[in-house]
Amino acid sequence: MSSRAGRIAAEWLPALVLFVAGIALWEGAVRGFGIQNFLLPAPSAIADTLWADRGELWSAAFFTFREAVAGFVLGCSAGFLAAVVLARWRLLQAAVMPYAIAAGAIPIIAFAPITNNWFGVTGMTSKIVIAAILCFFPVMVNTTRGLTSVPASAIELMRSYAASEATIFRRVRLPNSLPYVFSGLKVATVLAMIGAIVGDYFGGAPGALGVEIRRWVGIFAFDQAWAGIVLASLLGILFYGSVALVERMTMGWHPSVRGARAE
Amino acid sequence: MSAADTSAVVSLRGVSKSFAGGGVTALSSIDLDVRPGEFVSLIGPSGCGKSTLLRIVGDLVEPSSGEVVVNGKSARQARLDRDYGIVFQDAVLYDWRTVAKNIALPLELAGWSGARRAERVRDMVELVELKGFEGHHPWQLSGGMQQRVSIARALSFDPALLLMDEPFGALDEMTRERLNGELLRIWEASGSTIVFVTHSISEAVFLSTRVVVMSRRPGRIAAVVDVDLQHPRNADTREEPRFFELVTAVRDRLREGGLDEDSTAPGEGELLVVEETP
Repeated sequence: MSSRAGRIAAEWLPALVLFVAGIALWEGAVRGFGIQNFLLPAPSAIADTLWADRGELWSAAFFTFREAVAGFVLGCSAGFLAAVVLARWRLLQAAVMPYAIAAGAIPIIAFAPITNNWFGVTGMTSKIVIAAILCFFPVMVNTTRGLTSVPASAIELMRSYAASEATIFRRVRLPNSLPYVFSGLKVATVLAMIGAIVGDYFGGAPGALGVEIRRWVGIFAFDQAWAGIVLASLLGILFYGSVALVERMTMGWHPSVRGARAE
Repeated sequence: MSAADTSAVVSLRGVSKSFAGGGVTALSSIDLDVRPGEFVSLIGPSGCGKSTLLRIVGDLVEPSSGEVVVNGKSARQARLDRDYGIVFQDAVLYDWRTVAKNIALPLELAGWSGARRAERVRDMVELVELKGFEGHHPWQLSGGMQQRVSIARALSFDPALLLMDEPFGALDEMTRERLNGELLRIWEASGSTIVFVTHSISEAVFLSTRVVVMSRRPGRIAAVVDVDLQHPRNADTREEPRFFELVTAVRDRLREGGLDEDSTAPGEGELLVVEETP
């Protein structure tokens, strides 16, 4: 084993130990105290269900995941484009930013029944829209900050080279904004999953994960409900992780990615 | 007021600058000519407008009145023609670019071919003695090394004029003195003209052929001290009697009328800054 692999293993070992211990404790508590299945199923029971009902679970999860990804793409693109416009026109930015920041403080998810009402309960559209709205604000606010928080001297330097506004945008503002954009995107992955699943809770297509979780709880199929939640969590982590991976690949230059300075 | 001198690298006639709707006068009727090959330092107390004056020469700030000629043309045309390189107190390197790519930035913007860029970057890296660091990112370098990259970038396209705004102000004394020596070597090798803003009297005397002493706001030229120290200058120069005489001369000019930045005269402070009228 190379020293690098060894270092990574040593870094992750405590987290891995905690995970295994947590699962063991959970399993032991459910068995030892005879906790009722409807209160908390044992991890082994959830794992069994995950495997036994994999077809149904997977198709439900994939349906909702597609809603989340579509909302993410839509909301993040709109948020990014809005930020480009706001960064260009400062007056507009001054007018809009307070509301955009305030929007981060309101529970947008509360609008889910309204979007269901507007775009149809059983279709994907209403869930995509709520996920998109959730994603829009953090990406817009972060991107605007990244595009505008450029040191004055960095802009002066470009002007000294007779660079146009478009060149300054492409060569300075855009790369400068990347760390901000990615932190917005990572938050957005989580919000998109929440939007899609909670949107389903207020009514969705039969076979959507949120709809199924509610149905399973209704018929006391708690193993299935928990399996659905676990699957949603795994997809959420996968989603977040893939954005984080893209971040690492596009920002290899960034100190946060590359580690400490080498004097 | 005579006309601007188009044979000078920088020629200023009656340049004034007011900020905030005319409320604050930062600079008042500045006349100055900088000849080819000169190394001119601007020194003065904080807020005397010396950085603003440098930015006016670079067409990064517009003067309220007066004439600015750079390289025989308007300051704006000179900027558009990329006639000057600029170095700030902060190195202003882009984190996402390596040392080599930071140096090549003005060359890219000027449309140089890749091969020509690579060749010039190689020369520049050698000039500022950063061989082996071409692939490093700025945050992997010390402050002094970052500033050397910044100087290499400013010189990479062979500008007629180099504008430097307290480039070594954030560095420790030892690094500053070493870089002073390097800058002189680079200046002598490249034959460029330098306008250098500084707070440090000894730095100004050591580097310059002329030191322009500025008064407190509104900034005016209080005195010009010719520096007749021999070239090439080195660490021994700092110990010559003539060096001390010149440092004293500049200090006296700064002090006349309570202009010394570390003066402890009563009334020193913000009040004085506002209404200084010699």
